[in-house]
Amino acid sequence: MSGAMNFRSRLVPLPINNVDTDQIIPARFLKTISKQGLDRQLFNDWRYDAQGQPKPDFILNQPRARGAQILLAGDNFGCGSSREHAPWALGQFGFRAVISTSFADIFQQNSLKNALLPIMVPADAHTALFALVDRDPEAEVTVDLASQTVTLPDGRVVEFPIDPFSKHCLLEGVDELGYIMKNEEAIAGYEALRVGSINTLA
Amino acid sequence: MHPPTLIEKIWNAHVVHEQPGAPTLLYIDLHLVHEVTSPQAFQDLRERGLNVRRPDLTVATTDHSIPTTDPSLPIVDAIAATQVAQLEANCRDFGVRCYGRRSERQGIVHVIGPELGLTQPGMTVVCGDSHTATHGAFGALAFGIGTSEVGHVLATQCLLQRKSKTFEVRVDGALRPGVTAKDIILALIARIGVGGGTGCILEYCGSAIRALTMEQRMTVCNMSIEGGARAGMVAPDDVTFEYLCGRPYAPIGADWDEAVARWMQLPSAEGAAYDRSITIDADRLGPMITYGTNPGMGIPVTAPLPEPAQVADPLQRDSIRKALHYMGLEGGRPLLGHKVNVVFIGSCTNSRISDLRSAASLLKGRRVNPQVRVMVVPGSQQVKRQAEAEGLPEIFRAAGCDWREPGCSMCIAMNGDQLQPGEYSVSTSNRNFEGRQGPGGRTFLASPLTAAAAAITGVVTDVRTLL
Repeated sequence: MSGAMNFRSRLVPLPINNVDTDQIIPARFLKTISKQGLDRQLFNDWRYDAQGQPKPDFILNQPRARGAQILLAGDNFGCGSSREHAPWALGQFGFRAVISTSFADIFQQNSLKNALLPIMVPADAHTALFALVDRDPEAEVTVDLASQTVTLPDGRVVEFPIDPFSKHCLLEGVDELGYIMKNEEAIAGYEALRVGSINTLA
Repeated sequence: MHPPTLIEKIWNAHVVHEQPGAPTLLYIDLHLVHEVTSPQAFQDLRERGLNVRRPDLTVATTDHSIPTTDPSLPIVDAIAATQVAQLEANCRDFGVRCYGRRSERQGIVHVIGPELGLTQPGMTVVCGDSHTATHGAFGALAFGIGTSEVGHVLATQCLLQRKSKTFEVRVDGALRPGVTAKDIILALIARIGVGGGTGCILEYCGSAIRALTMEQRMTVCNMSIEGGARAGMVAPDDVTFEYLCGRPYAPIGADWDEAVARWMQLPSAEGAAYDRSITIDADRLGPMITYGTNPGMGIPVTAPLPEPAQVADPLQRDSIRKALHYMGLEGGRPLLGHKVNVVFIGSCTNSRISDLRSAASLLKGRRVNPQVRVMVVPGSQQVKRQAEAEGLPEIFRAAGCDWREPGCSMCIAMNGDQLQPGEYSVSTSNRNFEGRQGPGGRTFLASPLTAAAAAITGVVTDVRTLL
């Protein structure tokens, strides 16, 4: 759960809007009962041809994607299905952050629970980042969660929002389920008050 | 303080705990579980030595990865068979009731919740599936969650949630013949886009929504997520109560009267304020169809395809160009008359009895075009039994359709029900993403009526010409 806090990396540009989770990992790979081994299937249908051979023109198959930790994507990244396999696959490939102008709600929540940072930047910064990797594919940026910033090679600093609780959980390695369970008294109290109005499916 | 909306009333009634700087701890009344998004959550519980806190509020079924062939036969796909067996083992070990493949209550999770009366007004409902929005048709706050959150609810019956914005979708007027609930929601998503409702919960209201049956309201709410909204709701009314009365899990006797009295307090108060609002004129809607690779790429079936060159925004222009290329279509031309290989009638959007009746009404006494493969997949065992009692399978078979067993089937194409690369479907499902119905497959989303029309003619058709 640690290590997503401050890092420097190249960017993998994917200038496509509304990338849905069916593209991130197609549904036919969701028959697994494990969380592991999903990196091979990340962007499967864009990444491989019908014979399973890598398509050389797809960005993840190019040398610049090797070791890169940041995906730079178009607007509304992660829309569609709620599958948490999407952030699992992105994380297992090596990504620690996705930068976009906006994220689908469920994808964003799933990512935060898996130490994959959804970094939302304003449109002008988004354009500047695409222009940067266009000019220099090797350009690196620094992500710092504590200061909520992305720093470009020319020193420009772009701030990004993150909800304080998620930030705290990521920085301190707080386990959300453990946190909820500390509220046992409140949960039991709520159940005791609501006993008549909860449908017990009796 | 403005008077509260339906959404705010339900939220307020489910707050377990609030702490500055942290999201609200919200209680969940009903947790629906299926085989695809739960195994890793149960595994997490095992590793932590935790139990399911409220098995009495948890119901499981198998729908996504199961074949739609004879349930007495074993599942051929070994990976799917393992997943289904794992769900059954998890439910056994943790004491969760499971309406599995051979249960008479099995079906698509968003079909069985309502039909069993599990889903009720005022509830919070979650499931590891984005189409959980369906249950909002009852005036429940219902939304999809990821597998980590499935684990949270299994273990604690609670979720950490941040309040969403409220978005009023007012649909006034009356739908014309051949125009359906599916056309309302496709028109809305075409207008706001697939990210238009991000961060919001939709509340559908207006005279056209009031005039819809419960099954039609479910079709509308189901696709709220395709507009980016995690939830979409309709305030409960007599239509809701009439649908629920007598269902297996609905309250009875004095409990029913007490429940209805409580449910009648739920609708948004007069003067309630929303963060956003939009109005749709039902009278002006025609049958809708999608042409592209996300559900926001929809047009009236009679309209020409968009011309990418006329789109100002470069990424948007690229999206449309890329979508048309994937779909093998040319901008500016009509979609009417375009060849169709497969018609799929089913999914959590449109597999209920009224959807099947609607398709059957058009297919009765007609024949499917011999070039088209037509699959009709009822949403649940109960829908299947009801259809059989009404003689619908005979109508479908006589027309040349394939009548199958309940499940998600070709909506998600996990079970072998899928398109071949390059094939075109008209599908009553909810997603037209690249490869959603099989790698290389190309999906036109539409209503059961429009799908049935394409089945008959073999091409994209304005159903109003066949009525």
